[in-house]
Amino acid sequence: MSIQSVAGRPRVPWRTAQKWKGASFTFPFIAGFALFTLVPVFLGLSETFYTTKSAGGLGLGGEEVVSFTGLAQIFTAAQDPTFWAGMGRVFGFGLVVVPLVQGIALVMALLLDALRRKVVGRFRLALLLPYMIPGMIATMIWLYLYSPAVGPLTAALDSIGLHVDFFSSGMVWVSMGNLVVWNTIGFNMLILYGSLQSVPGEIFDAARMDGAGDLRIAWSIKVPFVRASLVLTMLLSIIGTVQLFAEPTLFRTVAPETITRDFTPAMYIYDQAFMVGNINYATALSIVLALVVGVVSAVVYRATNKADEA
Amino acid sequence: MSTMTQSTDADGAAPVEAVTGPPVRPRRPARRRREEVEAAAASRGVNRWFVLAALFAFVLYSVGPVWWLIVAATKTKQQLYRTNGLWFADLNLVENLQALFTYQDAIYPRWLANTALYGLASSVGLTLVSLAAGYGLARYSYRGKGLTMGFVIGSFLIPGVLLTIPSYLLYVRLGIFDTVWAMIIPGFFSAFSVYLAKVYAQGAVPAELMEAARLDGAGEYRIFFQIGMRLLSTAGATIFLLHFVGTWNAFMGPLVFLRTAEKWPVMVGLYSWLQRGTDSQYDLTGLVITGALVASIPMVLLMISMQRYWKSGVTLGSLK
Repeated sequence: MSIQSVAGRPRVPWRTAQKWKGASFTFPFIAGFALFTLVPVFLGLSETFYTTKSAGGLGLGGEEVVSFTGLAQIFTAAQDPTFWAGMGRVFGFGLVVVPLVQGIALVMALLLDALRRKVVGRFRLALLLPYMIPGMIATMIWLYLYSPAVGPLTAALDSIGLHVDFFSSGMVWVSMGNLVVWNTIGFNMLILYGSLQSVPGEIFDAARMDGAGDLRIAWSIKVPFVRASLVLTMLLSIIGTVQLFAEPTLFRTVAPETITRDFTPAMYIYDQAFMVGNINYATALSIVLALVVGVVSAVVYRATNKADEA
Repeated sequence: MSTMTQSTDADGAAPVEAVTGPPVRPRRPARRRREEVEAAAASRGVNRWFVLAALFAFVLYSVGPVWWLIVAATKTKQQLYRTNGLWFADLNLVENLQALFTYQDAIYPRWLANTALYGLASSVGLTLVSLAAGYGLARYSYRGKGLTMGFVIGSFLIPGVLLTIPSYLLYVRLGIFDTVWAMIIPGFFSAFSVYLAKVYAQGAVPAELMEAARLDGAGEYRIFFQIGMRLLSTAGATIFLLHFVGTWNAFMGPLVFLRTAEKWPVMVGLYSWLQRGTDSQYDLTGLVITGALVASIPMVLLMISMQRYWKSGVTLGSLK
């Protein structure tokens, strides 16, 4: 406070200058964010208002005619059965795999939590190894493990009398689910193990006095303690699975009949934009996808908040 | 190793606690007591063996596939198909590496170099931009700050897929489509990193220190570059690391924004081999396997050596 009076300078400009300088720290980010996030959103929106048609009628020769069609593209996209079929697949996948990953990660974290800390260190690095492998590489590894020609899995299962084709339409989701589980449980275990460490120890003493066993303590004390972080990671993971692209695209190189080019919404968008060449429609599909993600996030968030209060 | 990560864990989490207010402070003694209780429980025989056996199964599941990749990368093409996948045959790793690094006029090392370049350049830019923005948001109050924060948090919900096609349109218009700039400059701006930097700066840069520097006559920018940046170095390393790993893994972005094979990062390159391997006479399986192993080694080493940074990123991120 005394600084300004010492200098004898007027109070307001000095503070204003400081505020401006403070705000200016964010200017590079704001400029870039506007250019690379906001502009594309608006560009995408405006793109969907137009329809590009080839005027020649007979195939490739004609000139392209762009006409204003308003929201028609979005409505078409919102009713596109191919899009919703893909959406159904990724939702079904997410609803099974996301809780599965969290469940297994929770079991792993509880197991680790039951050990002495010195022993934990030996296990932790090995359990985190899959998380350190890039997702694309993880997919390739499992593609080969599943492959009857190169991988050991098919032969091993054959020898115990199980004949499994990992790329058949019935199995492909299981195969992909296992790969996602493998790649992500380590990371989720780390988060959950971290929050288990913050459970105050006195609670266990009290529970043991009351005669609670190890399992009972795990279920009734430890699990409720980590629920908040569970909910959040589940939400983020579901947003992630809706956008599934890399894994099914890689699987498609092996099983193109099962994994069609419009298998997931993101694959459909990519296909429309760059294989079919209908950028307008691809953008409309992107917007519908974003709306769906927004609605799902809101619903999940509200539902889990209510469950926490109850 | 474990003791190192434990002590750094606590120190990485410190600013978070400062933000979330008073957490369970008397944690240390409680933890020690709990340790004894746990040890007593652990020694109770059957339970302990069950826990160890279950964890051991998880370890096998986690390590097995990586083991297979390492073994497969050492085999010749014929042995890949004929020998047991989980054990070594003739050690052919050197020849495989030679084949990998020379195939198609040495395009694989080129892909690796591209990936490193994109990762380093965009992560350095991102770290600077995000630290400055996070510092500004955390340590100054001015009109419009709330709006900026609103955009930052709101954009978490924008799915990446929504932006891919419109970004492609934008890059074509800006003339950076199919250039290295499309892989570098847009990477400078990430709302999540700004948020991370802001949360960290709130705990790590004391207002009193800034006031003292002002009294000594330092300007606002000088305070940031000489004091703020140093105090934020942990957050900076975290942002850098998370983004670097992200660019190494990126697939859909480079696939859409780059056409020329010489500009691809390694993941898109491996994908193109995988795709071609299924329909050409020349079997590329061996190359893809060796290439996959080589491309994951830098990531594994980086993640192991910088554990404290991505772990603190995990705790910061889970506040979101």
